[in-house]
Amino acid sequence: MKLNAKIPSGPLTEKWSLYKSAQNLVNPANKRKFDIIVVGTGLAGASAAASLGELGFKVKNFCYQDSPRRAHSIAAQGGINAAKNYQNDGDSIYRLFYDTIKGGDYRAREANVYRLAEVSNQIIDQCVGQGVPFARDYGGYLDNRSFGGALVSRTFYARGQTGQQLLLGAYGALNRQIAAGNIKLYNRTEMMDIILVDGIARGIVTRNLETGELESHFGHAVVLATGGYGNVYFLSTNAMGSNASAIWKAYKKGAAFANPAFVQIHPTCIPVHGASQSKLTLMSESLRNDGRIWVPKEKEDAEKIRTGKLKPTDLPEEKRDYYLERRYPAFGNLVPRDVASRAAKERCDAGYGVGSGQAVYLDFKDALNRLGKNVIEERYGNLFQMYEKIVDENPYQTPMMIYPAIHYTMGGLWVDYELMTTIPGLFSIGEANFSDHGANRLGASALMQGLADGYFVLPFTIQNYLAGQLSVARMDPAKQPEFGQAIESVREWNDKLMGIKGTRTVDSIHKELGLAMWDHVGMGRNRAGLEEGIEKIRKVRELFWSEVRIPGTANAMNIELEKANRVADFLELGELIAKDALHREESCGGHFREEHAMSDGEAKRDDEHFKYVGAWEYKGPGQEPELTREPLDYEFIQVKTRNYKE
Amino acid sequence: MDLTLKIWRQDNRKAKGRFEIYTLKNISPDSSFLEMLDVLNEQLVSGGQEPVVFDHDCREGICGTCSLYINGRAHGPDDDITTCQLHMRKFRDGDTIVIEPWRAGGFPVIKDLMVDRTAFDQILQAGGFISVNTGSARDGNGILIPKHKADEAMDAAACIGCGACVATCKNSSAMLFVAGKVSHLALLPQGRPEAVRRAKAMVAKMDELGFGACTNTGACEVECPKGVSIEHIARLNREFLLANLKS
Ligand SMILES: Cc1cc2nc3c(=O)[nH]c(=O)nc-3n(C[C@H](O)[C@H](O)[C@H](O)COP(=O)(O)OP(=O)(O)OC[C@H]3O[C@@H](n4cnc5c(N)ncnc54)[C@H](O)[C@@H]3O)c2cc1C
Ligand code: FES
Repeated sequence: MKLNAKIPSGPLTEKWSLYKSAQNLVNPANKRKFDIIVVGTGLAGASAAASLGELGFKVKNFCYQDSPRRAHSIAAQGGINAAKNYQNDGDSIYRLFYDTIKGGDYRAREANVYRLAEVSNQIIDQCVGQGVPFARDYGGYLDNRSFGGALVSRTFYARGQTGQQLLLGAYGALNRQIAAGNIKLYNRTEMMDIILVDGIARGIVTRNLETGELESHFGHAVVLATGGYGNVYFLSTNAMGSNASAIWKAYKKGAAFANPAFVQIHPTCIPVHGASQSKLTLMSESLRNDGRIWVPKEKEDAEKIRTGKLKPTDLPEEKRDYYLERRYPAFGNLVPRDVASRAAKERCDAGYGVGSGQAVYLDFKDALNRLGKNVIEERYGNLFQMYEKIVDENPYQTPMMIYPAIHYTMGGLWVDYELMTTIPGLFSIGEANFSDHGANRLGASALMQGLADGYFVLPFTIQNYLAGQLSVARMDPAKQPEFGQAIESVREWNDKLMGIKGTRTVDSIHKELGLAMWDHVGMGRNRAGLEEGIEKIRKVRELFWSEVRIPGTANAMNIELEKANRVADFLELGELIAKDALHREESCGGHFREEHAMSDGEAKRDDEHFKYVGAWEYKGPGQEPELTREPLDYEFIQVKTRNYKE
Repeated sequence: MDLTLKIWRQDNRKAKGRFEIYTLKNISPDSSFLEMLDVLNEQLVSGGQEPVVFDHDCREGICGTCSLYINGRAHGPDDDITTCQLHMRKFRDGDTIVIEPWRAGGFPVIKDLMVDRTAFDQILQAGGFISVNTGSARDGNGILIPKHKADEAMDAAACIGCGACVATCKNSSAMLFVAGKVSHLALLPQGRPEAVRRAKAMVAKMDELGFGACTNTGACEVECPKGVSIEHIARLNREFLLANLKS
């Protein structure tokens, strides 16, 4: 496969403006002649659909939830970055760009990330314009907080509900275009496959989740904004319905999948409580602004705490190990996520964990003394309440327990500078693509990327493609054989699943997959473990295809069939994640290979051999996927070892 | 803990529903209410029966998808939470728990415990937004918003659109939902230009979709998992009065 990232020439700071001035646009009268399919109504999908609708395109927008407002972006808590430098603390577009590239451990494209930093300021303006109630100070100006991996305060927030408020803003814009007749919304509708005509993306097959009906839809272009694939691991901070099916179906139709092994494990999540656990709850990274992370210095104390013989509040200061502050004096509790997660695992594996042994403390005692309860409540009240409801302990009185959990996927569909995949006419935005975060995403940068893609990048770049499609008339799915065939093959696939009639529930098999992934393709990876993991994943896949049991029929609402479809795809994607992790003989960002560590345990990157994006191409059932490398050339910044110590 | 569940089952929109009784054993008090239902569904599916359908997604109280009427209360016997945040420690060993869908004319049952809340989307489509095209907004600090205003707008904007207010109201009124949005936007300078038109359009849509009138019982506020206050209804009424005066 040939990969052409289509990075515009010219100096870094001018690439995006040069691109915009030279690209093709579609004239206003012609925009109406184009149908665009947008799958997803999260920050990326809703902002793209609304902006395309405003421009005059005819948009069809899909989501599996009952309402677009419930897309998983709603759950984002902490905030969104922008290079406004309102705090006058030395921030700039360049610094945001630099932090993002460095935070990603030098595995992202310079040109994309610079553009992201460049449009970040406009995002804040747009959201304020829509009525997003960002936090303000007493003078009425926008307030900021700090997030990991940055030395400036550039994160905008709306209490602990930033994602909700940003999504409600985008949803409002979407509603306005629905009312104007520019967007048709299909809720409770799942995309089942992508339709190609002569190798070009021309539509999708969907299943109406209420009636089970299969339908096909035409679009001059198709945009996938379907979010991340963290649920491969069963337990994650993602919503129950978050899935990889849309991007996986695209992969199987020829779209390259980039860096699948780059999965983010978030350091501050509520620990697992037991076997019936269905998902994990994040405690926002913003808590690390004021919370201090520690475990006991002595194993005996840890043991006493675990068995309930000692209360954490009774352990004197000098017997606590604030291990992040100890190991990383410059960034302390605000080191990037991958670093903080590994450090927690290291302490727990060494026997210093609290709770079940798989937990560390996040303590607000000092902040409460310094700032008072009111300030802490104002900043984090809803998070503290959430914690108390789940754990039944009051974090104002006793430190929170946290442990790392699967949270975000940096990998995704490979896209070029225009956000187009390797299938012509198929675009991907938001968490679904691989574009901007390299091997590790910094906090508050996913919301920024989703909205950058949706409001300010895709609505332009898609026109460069559509301008060449003017002669393509709208296709009638009833008359175009590819559409009917696509529906038929989805029907056969569903029938095959329904026909297995085994003895195991979908969830029970999904849990087995999740365990294999967490044990072998989790925070610390090594060759033998990955090879064993791949064997296990294959076995679970065989088990699924011979033993899964789905009651009911495919021609009506069937929640087990919905889950089975998603898990069938996870079972294939899981193997690709493991393969990618196996091939990448280095440690970088969220991908930590135990064989590749420095003597002090820090990650050892190998720029000589792995400074590239690994894009995998599907070669057919039972065939090995093929890897193509997109080299990453850093023209503007100097590639260094990440150092958060000084 | 061991439990008896009395659950509303209904095959589709048109079918007649009925209660079915199920028993569950050994449920951990630390599991969430929905995890308890997961255990039930695992049992049902293993036995070849169809699982109980209920709406849920984020399972952390923010998407507004989950929507169960438990022992006669929207979102069950705990305060300030959604169904997915309810934990089994709020019940006792041996309890019988009655689980129903939201019941309101504006929210028809789709299947079992799942209802159709698209009426809420339609109300917002009628005007629950600020008309600003992408790219046309001014600098975020160009609009100054006093902290207390921003905070108050945030209080109103915290609504998750779950519909507990409607399910709780004896008139099945959507007034708190509408008022939250009207108030959130009317409190902000950006939202003022359309405030009056917005209030009128949204209330008209609410009436058209068969939601009842508000008689100020305040039940909605009590069950709102996000604590959206009925003070916003008073603000809505003011905007609405203005709207009527102007027309
Ligand atoms: C708990 C949590 C907290 C977070 N906090 C922050 C934060 O503070 N700051 C930050 O920057 N980032 C944060 N993130 C990350 C960020 O929220 C996500 O990366 C981002 O919101 C993803 O947006 P998206 O639009 O790409 O996808 P999503 O919001 O996940 O939307 C996916 C959409 O696709 C639809 N869809 C999916 N599959 C299908 C299908 N097969 N058919 C039809 N429709 C489909 C869904 O219905 C949905 O509408 C957080 C993430 C989590 C999980
Ligand atoms: S499932 Fe999202 S609020 Fe309950």
